[in-house]
Amino acid sequence: MPELIAKTALSGQSVNYHGTTLAEADLGQITSIAVFPGKLKTAATALGQPFPKPNSFSTKSGILCWTGPDQAFLIGTPIPDLTGIAATTDQSGGWAAVRLSGPQAANALMRLVPLDLNQFKPGQSARTPLGHMNMVLLREKDGFLLLVFRSMARTAWSEIETALKSLAARAAL
Amino acid sequence: MRLPDKGLIDRSKPVTFRFDGKAYSGFAGDTLASALLANGVKLMGRSFKYHRPRGVLTAGSEEPNALVEVLDEGQQTPNTRATTQEIFDGLAAKSQNRWPSLRWDAMAINDLAAPFLGAGFYYKTFMWPRAFWEGLYEPIIRRAAGLGKLLPKNDEATYEKAFAFCDLLVIGSGPTGLMAALTAARSGASVILAEEDHLMGGRLLADDQKINAAPAMDWVVATLAELQSLSNVRLMTRTTVIGAYDQGTFGALERVGLHVPHRPDLPRECFWRIAAGQAILASGALERPIAFQNNDRPGILLASAAQTYLNRYGVAAGTRVTLFANNDNARRVARQLLAAGVKVAAILDSRPDASALEDCPVYLNAAITGTKGRLGLTSITGHHADGDFQIETDCLLMSGGWNPLLHLTCHQNGRPIWRDDIAAFVPKPGMIPGLTAAGAATGQFSTAACLAAGRDAAQTALGKTAEMALPQAEDTPYTLTALWNVPGKGRAWLDFANDVTVKDVQLSVQEGFSSVEHMKRYTTQGMAPDQGKNSSVGALAVLADATGRGIPETGTTTFRPPYVPVSIAALGAGARGHGFAPQRFLTSDQASRDRGAPMIEAGLWYRPSYFPKPGEKTWREACDREVNMVRAAVGIADVSTLGKIDIQGTDAARFLDLVYTGTFSTLPVGRVRYGLMLREDGFVMDDGTTARLGENHYLMTTTTAAAGQVMRHLDFVHQAYCPAYDLRFISVTESWAQFAVAGPKARALLNSILDAPLADFSFMSCGVAAVKGVTARLFRISFSGEEGYEIAVPTSYGESLFRDLLARAETLGGGPYGMEALNVLRIEKGLITHAEIHGRVTAFDIGAQKMIGKKDCIGKASSQRPGLFGPEREQLVGLRPVSDKQIGAGAHLFNPGDAVIRANDQGYVTSVCYSPTLRGYLGLAFLKDGRARHGQRIRLVDHMRENDVICEICDPVFHDAEGAKLRA
Repeated sequence: MPELIAKTALSGQSVNYHGTTLAEADLGQITSIAVFPGKLKTAATALGQPFPKPNSFSTKSGILCWTGPDQAFLIGTPIPDLTGIAATTDQSGGWAAVRLSGPQAANALMRLVPLDLNQFKPGQSARTPLGHMNMVLLREKDGFLLLVFRSMARTAWSEIETALKSLAARAAL
Repeated sequence: MRLPDKGLIDRSKPVTFRFDGKAYSGFAGDTLASALLANGVKLMGRSFKYHRPRGVLTAGSEEPNALVEVLDEGQQTPNTRATTQEIFDGLAAKSQNRWPSLRWDAMAINDLAAPFLGAGFYYKTFMWPRAFWEGLYEPIIRRAAGLGKLLPKNDEATYEKAFAFCDLLVIGSGPTGLMAALTAARSGASVILAEEDHLMGGRLLADDQKINAAPAMDWVVATLAELQSLSNVRLMTRTTVIGAYDQGTFGALERVGLHVPHRPDLPRECFWRIAAGQAILASGALERPIAFQNNDRPGILLASAAQTYLNRYGVAAGTRVTLFANNDNARRVARQLLAAGVKVAAILDSRPDASALEDCPVYLNAAITGTKGRLGLTSITGHHADGDFQIETDCLLMSGGWNPLLHLTCHQNGRPIWRDDIAAFVPKPGMIPGLTAAGAATGQFSTAACLAAGRDAAQTALGKTAEMALPQAEDTPYTLTALWNVPGKGRAWLDFANDVTVKDVQLSVQEGFSSVEHMKRYTTQGMAPDQGKNSSVGALAVLADATGRGIPETGTTTFRPPYVPVSIAALGAGARGHGFAPQRFLTSDQASRDRGAPMIEAGLWYRPSYFPKPGEKTWREACDREVNMVRAAVGIADVSTLGKIDIQGTDAARFLDLVYTGTFSTLPVGRVRYGLMLREDGFVMDDGTTARLGENHYLMTTTTAAAGQVMRHLDFVHQAYCPAYDLRFISVTESWAQFAVAGPKARALLNSILDAPLADFSFMSCGVAAVKGVTARLFRISFSGEEGYEIAVPTSYGESLFRDLLARAETLGGGPYGMEALNVLRIEKGLITHAEIHGRVTAFDIGAQKMIGKKDCIGKASSQRPGLFGPEREQLVGLRPVSDKQIGAGAHLFNPGDAVIRANDQGYVTSVCYSPTLRGYLGLAFLKDGRARHGQRIRLVDHMRENDVICEICDPVFHDAEGAKLRA
């Protein structure tokens, strides 16, 4: 009997323009943790780490990234039992993830993102538009991690790659 | 004429370019204008209205005359200013607004007819007959009067948009801007220095000045080197700041690739949005012309422009130069020309009391009253203190004083103030929050004053007081006596770009258009691509004179963005074609395309329209087959586009009772219920099914169209009305791939793929299942009227499951079905979509009034307002044509025998299909008192398709009204 095969949105593709790399990232499990009213402290205890502050994330165990009021995504690790503490929802397949790193990463993104990403420090995150798309943006040590709706992955890829090509063409002037 | 050893051009890099088909050569660093002048070409354009021969007036982006078409690969960019277009090998440009050639322009006949063509001529002459304006007069006038031409095709080139941020934005890189940027940079602030030119330095590039007793360019080069070495500074050349917007946001246009031959991926232009904590406007000032008879001939230009051509490009604008000025500043230009060996025939100073001491003849109390030379100036005539004169000259330099470039300060409706001592408008402080104008932009015209102003402005803006030594520079006072126009006969140009003369402004006053805004619209002064940069102050001075008011009382017209013309392509960069909006693709997308399915857009989603089989010639054949397949065997459709919202919490049930008309708190776990959602005004917002997955866990589905709207609505209700609810919800639309499996063989198909066969799973059940070990959700719901299931798996498995389902379905005589078949199936069953619930219908209208229960819900009270229910409402009905004629959605309904006029309109058709099941056309429609009229006849009139059909009114559920198949 054939198996069901899991596929990522972008088939693991990657491109490189003069040392700036755009590559799909397979983040594994992504779970939304929406803490019920008044349960933030209990949730932190259950998670074994403080609930992230707005526009930030921690990497103590997987990635725990703030995504909205009383809401965070736990990425790359299974969730502890949070019954009665938080609404947990599997989001794993719903997001396409890409990593963008290298000297032009911030400049390329600033074609599409209305934030000063040169000032974005590791550990900072934002829910912000990428062009006309909704995005969760994380500044990691070596670059940016971007999560966009899976259905829009191709558009996101194409827009970022266009920005990279444009910067490469400028550099060649 | 090129002079030896002068200028900032690179003489080691010769450049060949073409103008009007003829090859010329220049040097790297030249603009098209400077290179043409160096080649002795003075005639560069024709004027807008009279088609007068024109040469260059300025050396910057304010140029009104030398507008050309630049030809690029597949491009033709009109109205490019020759004064800003840098030359490169292979550049091809041509003159515009002339026929057949620049030297011989047939439309120059307009110039002979000038006595009839003054301001207002067109308005007065082409008033009658009224209908002729749009069809006849305007196209003719547009062709005659005008600018460059666009190619009648899409601009396929690359453009770009980008964001930038800084503590301090410095606009302009003259002495003020450089000093401001340096001061700020040394303090550690992040600085953007934006310069319109391709070289930084502003006026210092054009003037032969000394700073710290050395050539000013040494200081410019050293300053730029320091700025470049600092990581907190970003130097942006070829970047014009075009608008000052709210909260420190500035728009800027960068010419990225317009100075090199076409290259793939290199944007032509980039539109920047710069968010600046503070901004300094160091835009400098523009010299203004003087109006006198025939002051527009090729060879007559501004003194400052000639100075730029001399010092920056090493080009003499003429061989025998005269100057006409009302200020001391112009004397510098004369001295520099003399020093470079250019003959200066005379300085004509309008002031009686100015110094007459120069190394060339100086005439005081002078006025020019006429000029000669059709394609290039040959002589000027006038009078001065000693009597009349006639001077042979091929180049006349005008200097009527300087206007601070204050445009940006006025972009938020501020008005500048008049300063009599410099006869110019200057900005008031605080016109744009966070923006300070400094230097020549505020009327400080000496280099020393500008350097100080730049430093002070940066220190004030950043609140830093660190010591900063000022370089030594010239500090000569600027003195002038205002002179706007020389009175006399003939036409004296104010606005070169739009051919507006002193007489036109005076005529405007005579005709009663004496306010400055009326004068602008009557004469079109200031409405050309240069937006009056060269002419506004002169024109309103003439207006003030004609009305007897002062200039301050006359005021200025409104300065609006953009400061320079901006191509729409740059503003809309990236939005052409598919770039306009994100594309959303299903996991089944490739599998559907593999089967040749044409895709249609549903919102942002791409969904298969139908799945053609060999031999099928039309979409209808495929659609009919797919409908029959679902009714007889089994069909698979990807329904992942429907909105899915996961709702949890002990108050989830309460919340659903509030947002839905129906009651969901009573829904047992493992069951699904249909729900109707109203807007606050009582009209239907959306419908869908909601499943109870657990005691405190629901899964709501929305329509594809309203997924975003419903999510927003739920967020609003939660945050505004019940923030204390123990409630959390999140969209899971993207997290699950969901497929409809419908038809009599649906259960058999599912049983072949599920790890455990379906047990008792009645209509409107939901539960968890497993497919090859992958957890799936199963719903028994139907949008087709058949025994229907929807199976959802995590999105990553979507494509795999879809392909598997299809292969299995085909062994059962089934297969995929597309949107067309899906639509037919639901119309046959009388199920609504947003074609019906389009925002103007109530629950009563669609026959769902009983779904508004006893409990309260959002929209309930509003839905009970008078007029929202009753026989006068148009109600959902089914229609079947009595003949076999085709019908179409959008048609309107009339009682047979009534005149087909709006007043007799009985309703309209929302959805139509050909039903292979019932072998005829079916329609859903809204009809006045429709539910009471089942069995009657109605006339369907479709003006668009020229269709006129009698239909029978019936129940909207055409097929299996009892739902026997559904519940099988």
